[in-house]
Amino acid sequence: MIGARIRAIWNGVWSWLRPFWSALSSPSVHFSLGFLTLGGFIAGIMFWGGFNTAMEATNTEQFCTGCHEMHDNVFAELKTTIHYNNRSGVRAVCSDCHVPHNWTDKMARKMQASKEVWGKIFGTVNTREKFLDKRLELAKHEWARLKANDSLECRNCHQYDSMDLTRQSRRAAQIHQRYLGTGKNTCIDCHKGIAHQLPNMTRIPQG
Amino acid sequence: MRSAISSLLALTLALGGCGSGHEEVPGKSPDDPVVITNAGQQIDAMRRGVPIDKEASPPPMARVENFDRPRPVNYEMQPPTIPHAIDNYQLTVNTNRCMLCHTRSNAVKFQAPPVSENHYVTREGKVLEQISSRRYFCVQCHVVQTDAPPLVDNNFKGIEISSTGEAAR
Repeated sequence: MIGARIRAIWNGVWSWLRPFWSALSSPSVHFSLGFLTLGGFIAGIMFWGGFNTAMEATNTEQFCTGCHEMHDNVFAELKTTIHYNNRSGVRAVCSDCHVPHNWTDKMARKMQASKEVWGKIFGTVNTREKFLDKRLELAKHEWARLKANDSLECRNCHQYDSMDLTRQSRRAAQIHQRYLGTGKNTCIDCHKGIAHQLPNMTRIPQG
Repeated sequence: MRSAISSLLALTLALGGCGSGHEEVPGKSPDDPVVITNAGQQIDAMRRGVPIDKEASPPPMARVENFDRPRPVNYEMQPPTIPHAIDNYQLTVNTNRCMLCHTRSNAVKFQAPPVSENHYVTREGKVLEQISSRRYFCVQCHVVQTDAPPLVDNNFKGIEISSTGEAAR
């Protein structure tokens, strides 16, 4: 009974798809092989380049702070921290910490970010109060992500092997050696809230 | 120690700071900002002797001392000063960065001096598990020190309490 129904549906779809399939599965009549190969190659480059350019455009600070949710809350807080303003002028933008640099990880993160588009459309955090109420949950997501990838985004710039411990303060050197050097802890375990204000941290371990 | 440093500083200023008053330098435009040089020598409200019609360029900002060694206190019951930088430490109603290391349970792990027991006592005398809210904002009493030269000479001496409970001098 069900099988017959599925077959009937498939027949309907197939009758619609058939002309496309026969065009795709038979050799080209009008275009040369050279044109199709070269044209496909060039179109591929253009598509790939365009895709990555568009992807990069969503990684810029301008794009991230384009909505007031980001611009008035987290970006305003970043401005007072060392990742925005410091003696050497090297600084991090949003995506340096919040988007993986590695391509596959980046794609995965960008797909997750579609939920943020949803949030924007339906105004999940469109007031300061809503944002503050949601901050703990949002922060927990980021802590979990950085804990899971061993603080990969921190380590894109801050590598333990390149840290000159003698130029750190005594206590910083000691603690880095004992906990980071041995791999017991990762950056985010101690360095929460370095770029943004923290939510209520009652009962949340910070070190 | 403190008084030794400040007397040394006064001597240096006396030797090197002669003639560094704010007379008009010939050949210099009167609109040039006046550099404050003798910040340690005189205390003249906020203008430090700069004439009222001149713009003063402020002295460089002092650096916070960051050597991680407890400083001696200058008198009994003085809240110890902070011997390290606390830039961007979040000390808000939501979180207290100081207590990450200085809480009694974490002090050994981070080799930090733990806050004293009385910081856990409420004003009714109840002992809490967490730091008492009346002691929560650490920087109300405990402050960092900078390398800024003292504005005035200070020869304060605290009394030394002997073991018998009497003042030594």
